[in-house]
Amino acid sequence: MKLFEIQQLLGASQIWGQHCLDREVATACGADLMSDVLAFTKDGALLLTGLTNPQVIRTADVGGLTAIVFVRGKTPSPEAAEMAKSLDIPLFSTPCTLFEACGILFSQGLKPCPPREGNSVDA
Amino acid sequence: MPEEPGLILEFPLEHYRFEIAGEASSKIKQVVRQLGVNAQTARRISVCAYEAELNAIIHAYGGFMRVRVLPDRTELEVTDAGPGIPDIEAAMREGFSTAPDNIREMGFGAGMGLPNMARSADEFEIRSSPENGTWIRMLVRH
Ligand SMILES: Nc1ncnc2c1ncn2[C@@H]1O[C@H](COP(=O)(O)OP(=O)(O)OP(=O)(O)O)[C@@H](O)[C@H]1O
Ligand SMILES: [Mg+2]
Repeated sequence: MKLFEIQQLLGASQIWGQHCLDREVATACGADLMSDVLAFTKDGALLLTGLTNPQVIRTADVGGLTAIVFVRGKTPSPEAAEMAKSLDIPLFSTPCTLFEACGILFSQGLKPCPPREGNSVDA
Repeated sequence: MPEEPGLILEFPLEHYRFEIAGEASSKIKQVVRQLGVNAQTARRISVCAYEAELNAIIHAYGGFMRVRVLPDRTELEVTDAGPGIPDIEAAMREGFSTAPDNIREMGFGAGMGLPNMARSADEFEIRSSPENGTWIRMLVRH
């Protein structure tokens, strides 16, 4: 699904990244805990979150995420928005709740992140 | 024996400096990508760095990270002089966290950091004591 379709489906405004609307995402993750995001996403995923601090942007960069959608009409702090620009991570804001936003995208065919890979830690 | 050549990156990690937390990890990712490491492997390296960096910043009053990038692997060593981890086995479990509420509000404290490191690295070693703080060594093969 392309970012511009996601933007339309969620009635989202774009905070930054007009030139990125053609980028494609295959999977998405809704979370407010950053280590969960890193545990459960793969490169290229979309993040939906209610957190707006710079750590969210940093986490997206570390995790190689394609874009971030802030839910419930939230917008990032100016530092966070600046960081997103410098790291080339497009940002959106939707009036939907996290639950609604995830539901809409899921019902339109966007997939959850697949089961985790890598070394297991069932020690 | 002379050390194998490699690119060395060193980062001091400062207690509660959340404005710059993760900068080291972004930098490391950029460097290994430029050296030709593929995106998935670069992500694993950067997740290892990020989780270790944040733990030092949050739980251990800061610390130090040293990264060595070799042609076939990246090695990360993170040390701190913090309070140590009393029960490493418990701390390694998914969901175990002692992060206080103010840290959780920032998006940390899932108790996934150490498990993420162990899963992302090909080799993971941890030592910790109240006297010497915490030492973590990770190796990711390219
Ligand atoms: N460097 C450290 N010094 C002292 N204690 C640590 C250190 N690293 C981890 N711990 C302890 O181990 C626990 C688990 O660490 P882990 O990184 O898995 O989760 P977390 O940091 O609490 O949350 P998350 O990483 O998911 O944001 C921490 O809550 C803390 O009690
Ligand atoms: Mg942690």
